[in-house]
Amino acid sequence: MRRFTWFNTISLTLGFAFLYIPILILVIYSFNASKLVTVWAGFSTQWYGELLRNEAFLDAAWVTLKVAVISSTIATVLGTMAAFVLVRSGRFFGRTLFSGMIYAPLVMPEVITGLSLLLLFIAIGLERGVFTIVLAHATFSMCYVSVVVSSRMASFDESLEEAAYDLGCTGWDAFKSVTLPIIAPAVISGWLLAFTLSLDDLVIASFTSGPSSTTLPIKIYSSVRLGVSPEINALSTIIIGLVTVGVLVASVTSKRAIALQRQQERNAGS
Amino acid sequence: MNLSRRLLIGIPYLWLLVLFLIPFLIVLKISLSDYDISIPPYSPKFDLSAGWEGIKDYLGSLDFENYAFLADDPLYYTAYLSSLKIAAISTFLTLLVGFPIAYGMASAPEEWRPSLMMLVILPFWTSFLIRVYAWMGILSNEGLLNQFLIWTGLISDPLVILNTITAVYIGIVYTYLPFMILPIYATLEKLDGSLLEAAEDLGCTRISAFWLVTLPLAKPGIIAGCFLVFIPALGEFVIPSLLGGSDTLMIGKVLWEEFFSNRDWTVASAVAIILLLILVVPIILFQRNEQKQREAAK
Repeated sequence: MRRFTWFNTISLTLGFAFLYIPILILVIYSFNASKLVTVWAGFSTQWYGELLRNEAFLDAAWVTLKVAVISSTIATVLGTMAAFVLVRSGRFFGRTLFSGMIYAPLVMPEVITGLSLLLLFIAIGLERGVFTIVLAHATFSMCYVSVVVSSRMASFDESLEEAAYDLGCTGWDAFKSVTLPIIAPAVISGWLLAFTLSLDDLVIASFTSGPSSTTLPIKIYSSVRLGVSPEINALSTIIIGLVTVGVLVASVTSKRAIALQRQQERNAGS
Repeated sequence: MNLSRRLLIGIPYLWLLVLFLIPFLIVLKISLSDYDISIPPYSPKFDLSAGWEGIKDYLGSLDFENYAFLADDPLYYTAYLSSLKIAAISTFLTLLVGFPIAYGMASAPEEWRPSLMMLVILPFWTSFLIRVYAWMGILSNEGLLNQFLIWTGLISDPLVILNTITAVYIGIVYTYLPFMILPIYATLEKLDGSLLEAAEDLGCTRISAFWLVTLPLAKPGIIAGCFLVFIPALGEFVIPSLLGGSDTLMIGKVLWEEFFSNRDWTVASAVAIILLLILVVPIILFQRNEQKQREAAK
């Protein structure tokens, strides 16, 4: 038995304090009345008001959301296809190259991904804007999606699919009625991962965006470089709040889904 | 091969070829071109209309001048070396901070563990940029850390932390901590407690049991965690640019500035290629480690 000693208690307390105190401070100071972020001058929600009146931020938020929804959806479709190819398709010409191209973007420094895509867009004369950011984000997120989905696919019983084929399903039918329901939780977490990666990305978006398509991270970065500002604290607080709620909801529903699936599998087994 | 299978393989394949492999080849090509005051700012430009002779001319005019330039100018190799140093030191620091947390999590009562996992993952989902930004307010001269230290009487003048290398270390440790904790936790959680009991029965103290049993068994997780921190830290841009000062040279920042401020695409591309070559070594080692672990799991 391992014991839960004072050492463990202290390391957990200090560790989580380290992880959360900076975020907590950021949130607290977003309600600061003073323009100086480091001096507390009483409670106020004025920065949230200013934020809502700041059109540049609102526009950037809208662009970011659009990019994230479209790119993560494309990434999920492509990533799921790629996972299928990796796990189920056996050998085909250029398979090593294919799996290399799936794993390489995961370890590629963002500056290089951004630079290379920008040089491509310039070489083919594609005007930079929302469309090019979507292409860039879909490309690197699809690799993450395919890793998440393929690990789920590798672990489930292939004979279920074979049974569907034996029962007269065509490939698409078998995928829709057998495979997809089983891998659905992985597909959904893949989508969520792609969505947050896109929301979060500064470097690749900076390379691939045009003058008319500033995303929120680009906007935050350019104003943060000049120093700390209470408006950014307010914006951060909103983002942190949304993410926290999103992650909690996603984890609770996925836990329920898994529990339900296990229940059904048990019922089917008995 | 039927049509649907062809489409299934073909669509993602084509996507990755066009948007991953070809861009990479373009970077490689531009790194071998010459800087030129034109649009786009390099020469020679690829011209298919000149036919086969044109391609030969074109290939003949590529050279390694930019790489020679990188080797000549101390800015670049100091930047590579200092990125390697910063990445290595911060990986080690992250291990020092992350291991006790992973260990504490693995020893916590079983019903707590999912919530503790959640608490580690949650910051990872929150914006990276925001987590780096959070430290700007804490570490500045009038920041909360200095206010606190002056209040306790430990120091009388504020410490300069923001815009120094210390701030970069803090930033990397903070943002990459989940990548270190999770793989270590995964190996520690599977660790069989009876092995430790056996070691203690055989006369080990708790500390020597830790060195002789726990640590060797946690090694794959430690190695995985170190690579997951080291590899992205090496090409990091946001942290040195927001928390570091002008003296913190990191190659990601150099590449960014070469491209956006100096507009020298050929040198930026050469910087990128060398950075990738440096990364190939840790990446191959990382994959070997993963493979060994997978085989061990079988």
